[in-house]
Amino acid sequence: MAKDELMNYEQALEKFEVVIGLEVHVELNTKTKMFCGCRNDFGDEPNTNVCPICIGLPGSLPAVNKRAVESSIAIGLALGCQIAPTGRFARKNYFYPDLAKNFQTSQYDEPIAFEGALDVEVPSGNKFTVNIERAHMEEDAGKLTHIGGSTGRIQGAEYSLVDYNRAGVPLVEIVTKPVYGAGAEAPELAAAYVRSIREIVRALGVSEARMERGNVRCDANVSLRPHGEAKLGTRTETKNVNSLRSIERAVRYEIQRQAAILAKGGKITQETRHWHEDRGLTSAGRPKSDTDDYRFFPEPDLVPVKPSHELIESIRASLPENPADRRKRLQAEWAFADLEFRDVVNAGLMDQIEETIAAGAKPQAARKWWTGELARLANADGKDVADLEVSPAHIAELANLVESGKINDRIGRDVLVAVLAGEGAPADIVSSKGLEVVSDDGALLAAIDEALASQPDVIDAIREGRMQAAGAVIGAVMKAMKGQADAARVRELLIQRASE
Amino acid sequence: MNEIIKKNASELVDLMASGELSATEITKAHLDRIAEINGTINSYLHVTSEAALAVAADVDRRRAAGEKLPLLAGVPIAVKDNLTTTDAPTTSGSKILEGWIPQYDATVVTKLRNELMPILGKTNLDEFAMGSSTEFSAFGPSRNPWDIERIPGGSGGGSSSAVASYSAPLAIGSDTGGSIRFPAAVTGTVGHKPTYGAISRYGLIALASSLDQIGPVSRNVLDAALLQDVIAGHDPHDSTSLPESLGSMAEAARNGSVKGMRFGVIKQLSGEGFQPGVKKRFDETLALLTANGAEIVEVDCPSFEYAIAAYYLILPAEASSNLAKFDSVRFGMRVNPGENATIERVMAATREAGFGPEVKRRIILGTYALSSGSYDKYYGAAQKVRTLIQRDFEAAFAKADVLISPTAPTTAFKFGEKVDDPLAMYLNDVATIPANLAGTPGIAIPNGLADEDGLPSGVQLLAPARADARLYKVAAALEALHEAGWGKRMMDFAPELKVGA
Amino acid sequence: MSELTPDLVRHLASLARIQVTDAEVDRFTEQLALIVDSVAIVNKAVEGDVPATSHPIPMENVFREDVVEPSLTQEQALSGAPDSAQGRFKVNAILDEE
Ligand SMILES: [Mg+2]
Ligand SMILES: [Zn+2]
Repeated sequence: MAKDELMNYEQALEKFEVVIGLEVHVELNTKTKMFCGCRNDFGDEPNTNVCPICIGLPGSLPAVNKRAVESSIAIGLALGCQIAPTGRFARKNYFYPDLAKNFQTSQYDEPIAFEGALDVEVPSGNKFTVNIERAHMEEDAGKLTHIGGSTGRIQGAEYSLVDYNRAGVPLVEIVTKPVYGAGAEAPELAAAYVRSIREIVRALGVSEARMERGNVRCDANVSLRPHGEAKLGTRTETKNVNSLRSIERAVRYEIQRQAAILAKGGKITQETRHWHEDRGLTSAGRPKSDTDDYRFFPEPDLVPVKPSHELIESIRASLPENPADRRKRLQAEWAFADLEFRDVVNAGLMDQIEETIAAGAKPQAARKWWTGELARLANADGKDVADLEVSPAHIAELANLVESGKINDRIGRDVLVAVLAGEGAPADIVSSKGLEVVSDDGALLAAIDEALASQPDVIDAIREGRMQAAGAVIGAVMKAMKGQADAARVRELLIQRASE
Repeated sequence: MNEIIKKNASELVDLMASGELSATEITKAHLDRIAEINGTINSYLHVTSEAALAVAADVDRRRAAGEKLPLLAGVPIAVKDNLTTTDAPTTSGSKILEGWIPQYDATVVTKLRNELMPILGKTNLDEFAMGSSTEFSAFGPSRNPWDIERIPGGSGGGSSSAVASYSAPLAIGSDTGGSIRFPAAVTGTVGHKPTYGAISRYGLIALASSLDQIGPVSRNVLDAALLQDVIAGHDPHDSTSLPESLGSMAEAARNGSVKGMRFGVIKQLSGEGFQPGVKKRFDETLALLTANGAEIVEVDCPSFEYAIAAYYLILPAEASSNLAKFDSVRFGMRVNPGENATIERVMAATREAGFGPEVKRRIILGTYALSSGSYDKYYGAAQKVRTLIQRDFEAAFAKADVLISPTAPTTAFKFGEKVDDPLAMYLNDVATIPANLAGTPGIAIPNGLADEDGLPSGVQLLAPARADARLYKVAAALEALHEAGWGKRMMDFAPELKVGA
Repeated sequence: MSELTPDLVRHLASLARIQVTDAEVDRFTEQLALIVDSVAIVNKAVEGDVPATSHPIPMENVFREDVVEPSLTQEQALSGAPDSAQGRFKVNAILDEE
């Protein structure tokens, strides 16, 4: 793959205005699929959650999942959209082996929700309004696995295998209008927008919203135009960027790549591009061409969706607190400093911290664990901290073990690693591995005496007020206790000895 | 010929109830008939003898045990091969599905099984029901028992010829633009296309989803009504199926009457340009109705002029999408065009080899009608014509209780006559298509023989949506008037079928 | 004269994933041109503001409750497939897109 030429980011922004557009697919957490009664669970054995409808057998017909419609309306309302008095399903026709009917049942010119807006705050504290064009219902495709070749990629594969467990899983696709004016913060805005969507659908309880599992997927459109130019530039669409960090990086990359081409008088090809997280670059996919003729037409096997005023209002009345209002409330309740709270929000950890506090942790302790050690571990793993497999209840338990002095901070970090490795609840890990802090002063004094025996001059040094000499003894004691001692108590006991 | 097979379904019901005949005897008689003539007439693509006899034996056993049985229990039936059956291949008349055994039963098939009706087999059709003659079946045409050099109508020529040749008393058909009614007309049998949504389409291999409707095929009106009562009703698997019941068709058929009814003769389908013998019989029927207390009024349906054009845009458009699933991945034929061919090429080669010429023509036409730049001009405009046709019907039904027309412009034509002329073939459906576009019901019953060729002609009755019962009431009465005039049943005019090598 | 050209027919066939020979393209072009010319009259019928009808019997809000129904077994699901492996449908390589 030829390496793209990139323009320096600041220079690119000096020369061009950035316009982005985002398409976010949210997988709903209904019990069953969009158009059939198969379980909405695609982690199972391949092709076990399938039926004549979702594998597109001849003669089968779709039937709309009511819950999916209600969830879609809830998303629309939470995004400030209008709900269409008449929504209709449409067929999007194209051939691909993961698409059981070779058309996707989607919505076209009559989406369930349209014309919304979302206020998004980027890490600098700047706020932008992202206008939403539409949110529509559709079905997911099956999963392809490419076999043969070197890397399991499509290129060089000998054959492919199709699992239709995911085929027909309900999706809501949320499409923004072009977003102008974010300037240098366009990449951050893109990520913050997706984070907000994730936060909203999670608050609504309509999706698990885990990006690493593909519950939320983002396609990012980027185009550039010279400042002052009215006409939009040619855009590229970077597909399925599956973490917040990747979204930011991919948008930034596209800005720099396109700027380099345009500055040389080149033309941007309208195409889909693929983000490669490992190499930090995008590569060209399929060019958009006139073969992309999806021949949309109203789905003749389904009748229109006409949500009643009563239904819409009852869903509106049951919407959870707006996440922005909630943020204000929680910051006050938790008494976090602005900077502390912004870190929490930016890391997408509010829910986790709220749940951790609800499970009995003190606010500052909850915050420190999530934004500190958990964030560090996630980062080391290349994951998003919000997506770690750990429950807030476990973190609360862990925080309280430390708070109460049962274990010290360092042991706490070890316990956390064990929890993440799936070894169980913190208290169980502590007791099964015998990690409690040694609180028996007799044992500590014995260890102190043993250390002093090999370093006899330390006691004199302490008596003379040279406290730094204590370190060596404390270290030896901690080592003897395998770290399971409270260093402050050891120090206290050592000073006590010296004064005897 | 075994006399059992000449009985109507309602007669068979009585004979079983009185103990004169067993379901096994009846089923066996039909299977024998099939064995005797199917080689000539090719109504059945697949005969399910064992399964049919097992159901018949079960019926006999239950009856002997004194169980209360469903009304049509033990009456054998033939099923068009575009309905899925778990115990028999379902091909829709296409090579691309040859040998496919579906993983589920169509709702209508489930209802037949619940009714304990022995299913004799699967009947032939034009490939994916695209045609009017069965000449587009990948498995050879079915033949018209009145003259085996002629077509039995299509697409449901397998069902019509089975019923007309006494190899089934009843059959299931599907009607997208006349595929039940046109075959009925040319074989001297009865066929009804119910109101759209009256019968579940779940398990019907879709041709054009917004036009397709399953319906009964029989030799008399009461039998069709009895069958419709078995297969009708809401199905949660078909979102377009009507939530409400349309009442008992059998009751309507048993209370036949035309007295005081207003029959609307459609100006655009009053017989101009139709075969003289067809027109003559039609005019006589109008006179017969008048003589029996009916009123004849003329109604004008100007948009019917555009019905065929709209139909041949909507049908191919929906079909092009419905038939996309035949791609060699999950079921059906696969053709590998060579080593290392991509799946894209495998799909294209499979569809090239698996689809016949009419199917390909219509898929390409439908792809065109939906493609960007053509949509408004073709598909969109055709959907608007539908609205106009519905308005025409509405205005006509303000003046008339039912509408009446010849079912088809001609009697059965000879094989090969129209097969290379799509436009000529499409004209057979001129009278039947409007009801599909509007979703309204239509019944075709025999209307005597045309003088010039001695072949059956048909008359069609149309009613507003959901008024299927009205059609049965009127059709049963007209049938009775005809039989009284002829002194026998329509099928009794049919020459004896010569079978052999 | 019809807008149906051999190139258009070839393009439509490719959209519809049907491989066509040159002879077929010629034949379809000729036949479809006639058909298209004759169906084009629908445009004449609909001057003015006419709504489209896509469902012949107007209905709305037909839904299914979100309740799990039995699925096929893996074996049933794959029973009609021309080829399968590891519980999945097997197809030739897909090279046109990553
Ligand atoms: Mg989409
Ligand atoms: Zn399913």
